[in-house]
Amino acid sequence: MNFDPSEEQRLFAASIERFVARDYTFETRRRVVASHDGYSRDVWAALADLGLLAVAIPTEYGGLGGGAGDLTSVMEAIGEALIVEPFLATVMGSRFVARTGTLEQKNSLLPAVASGKLTLAFAHSEQGARYDLAHVTTRARKTGAGFTIDGDKRVVLHGPCARTLVVSVRLAGDDTDQEGIGLFLVSTDVPGVSLAASRTLDELRAADIFFADVHVPANALLGETTCALSTIEDVVDYATALVCFEAVGAIRFANSATLDYLKTRKQFGVPIGSFQALQHRMVDMVIEYEQAKSMASLACATVDAETDPVRRKRIVSAAKIRVADACRRVSQESIQLHGGMGMSDELKISHTFRRLTMIAQQFGDADHHLERFASL
Amino acid sequence: MDLNYSVEERAFRDEVSEWLRDHLPADLRQKVLEYRHLTRDDLQRWHSILAQKGWVAPSWPQQWGGTDWNVVQRYIFDEACGYAGAPPLVPFGLLMCAPVLFKFGTQAQKERFLRPIYCGDAFWCQGYSEPGAGSDLASLRTTAVRHGDRYVVNGQKIWTTAAHFADWIFCLVRTSPAAERKQDGISFLLIDMRTPGITVRPLILMDGEHEVNEVFFDDVEVPVENRVHDEGKGWTVAKYLLGHERMNTARIGTSQRELEHLKEFASMQRKNAKPLIDDPRFRDKLSHVEIELMALSITNLRFLDQLRGGRAPGAEVSMLKIKGTEIQQALTELMMEAAGPAAQPFAPVAGNDRFDRFMASLAPRYCNYRKTTIYAGSNEIQRNIIAKHALGL
Repeated sequence: MNFDPSEEQRLFAASIERFVARDYTFETRRRVVASHDGYSRDVWAALADLGLLAVAIPTEYGGLGGGAGDLTSVMEAIGEALIVEPFLATVMGSRFVARTGTLEQKNSLLPAVASGKLTLAFAHSEQGARYDLAHVTTRARKTGAGFTIDGDKRVVLHGPCARTLVVSVRLAGDDTDQEGIGLFLVSTDVPGVSLAASRTLDELRAADIFFADVHVPANALLGETTCALSTIEDVVDYATALVCFEAVGAIRFANSATLDYLKTRKQFGVPIGSFQALQHRMVDMVIEYEQAKSMASLACATVDAETDPVRRKRIVSAAKIRVADACRRVSQESIQLHGGMGMSDELKISHTFRRLTMIAQQFGDADHHLERFASL
Repeated sequence: MDLNYSVEERAFRDEVSEWLRDHLPADLRQKVLEYRHLTRDDLQRWHSILAQKGWVAPSWPQQWGGTDWNVVQRYIFDEACGYAGAPPLVPFGLLMCAPVLFKFGTQAQKERFLRPIYCGDAFWCQGYSEPGAGSDLASLRTTAVRHGDRYVVNGQKIWTTAAHFADWIFCLVRTSPAAERKQDGISFLLIDMRTPGITVRPLILMDGEHEVNEVFFDDVEVPVENRVHDEGKGWTVAKYLLGHERMNTARIGTSQRELEHLKEFASMQRKNAKPLIDDPRFRDKLSHVEIELMALSITNLRFLDQLRGGRAPGAEVSMLKIKGTEIQQALTELMMEAAGPAAQPFAPVAGNDRFDRFMASLAPRYCNYRKTTIYAGSNEIQRNIIAKHALGL
């Protein structure tokens, strides 16, 4: 039992914290989300310089070979500072490549990710699929030496800034069959691919992506596999564990901002933090933080070490349920305890509220994971 | 980050579990698993077994019988006992009076009282709460007036667990009624329960059990040598005891055992021709408790890890108490719910030899466990403690 970060993890944590304090203030973020692209290339280059984009890339492809446990401090900082750059989407994309890619695919993509030259996104969710990972109706059929892809993807997070997409497609079977799903690497500039970009509530960029008669070569099929569902589950579980840690960072910020407010805001001639009705609610928020952090830690340790997919899914679902509950309670309480000020766009807390609300349902809401947890 | 115990810690856990397998009497374990009433004899028997092994008071100084285990080992031991279904140890002597004696007692007091506590020859109870002093403990009104080498004690204590079979009681009493602050003027006395003038009256709780009492003091004479620490320093002693909280306050091991039992029990009950555990409404409630417990077990380990350096626990214990007791209560509620209508019979009427004692224990246990969020500093008091000491509110 050892909850201390390793020396390397301590360095990652220190460098991201230093970066955030100096270069990613809330004002900076405000400018970034208002910009045309909705993310900053300079920030991305800085994250690459700090080595943070290389952490999860295998060492033979220019990375540091780290796991989820090595990314927790980065995710916490992303949550705390509400960083909008496509870190998690790119980590997911590169994990797909690292897990199932051919040597050629790994060589062409992973070093570029590690050095900050390439951002990725996972184009998967579709109309009506909710959180069912097997619901894939975008079809790919063999044509000549390659494939032709047709179908629509919805709300692909960080889709607008991704140069390469990992696209799930159905190669065989019915729309929700477990078998017959494949993954393609598709550049966004290939003819037939079109994007309709949107802003999410929490100020990320997303895109609905349409594939109309999109021709791709045979070597675009990731890992040459036609049963990619277990890989998708693996990568989504991995990302779920990480987003749980992002939530921990955001909750930590929400709690500290709310506690500050309780100590400084005066009503009836006294700080409102002197009222027991508010103190007890604040205490419950702190307990939520501790419980969420415990489950996020457990989930990250599990996706790194657990080889049995059933046990992995069970723990990740448990973590997501607990963290989603904490996101909801802490975000709602932090606004309530801030009073009207908490509602204003000007205060960071209202942005943290939005991000926590979205994290609660990202990769499956509590009900979805309760169902999965109970079935395992 | 490594959430597992080290090789040495695992070996220690295995050693404890193996010993428990061999030495925990089956009848006592059965009683615990079936939520049956434990008598003084039951409690004493288990106490003696642990004392003979040398494991009854791990946290004591080694010269008095402590094991010199670190905070993690002590936790592993407590949790293993809870998980195995061992009877609880009565804490008032071992974990409350003894630490006070180590810190504030005279050599003579240590020599007189510690050995009988260790061996289980003397059971203790705690004279803190009074009818007008519950969460507001410092409002206590039981008085001790000094006459030469004795105090004369008058007043009443309430909710006194185990007073009906305890040999001794440690009491907070008011020795200077005129003190400016109500926390001043309180002293800490050790009183022999057989002293004339003490009357113990049972308080039967809603589960029908006799667990707590009222204790009346009517001109009870207590030798001055039975006062711990200086006169008027009782509040210092009481606060020290609060700071001497244990890290197993959440009772994770016990709850884990009960959760497993609940799952097994709910698999055997049927609803709509299917196991109750597959009913989505029941299942969701069960899952929530299971996940909260999973989280708390990690939270507990994280806090323990922070205490390895020897720092005394603070607000952590309050958090563990709040969450731990919420889980304990939720488990008793789900257990009762799982039994359904069969949980209604409460006591057999003469001649009913098919009466199901286990089923009948579930509703009373649900009732009894309402105490957990009230006792040992209600959960609201725990929140006050966290707000004040950890958050600075």
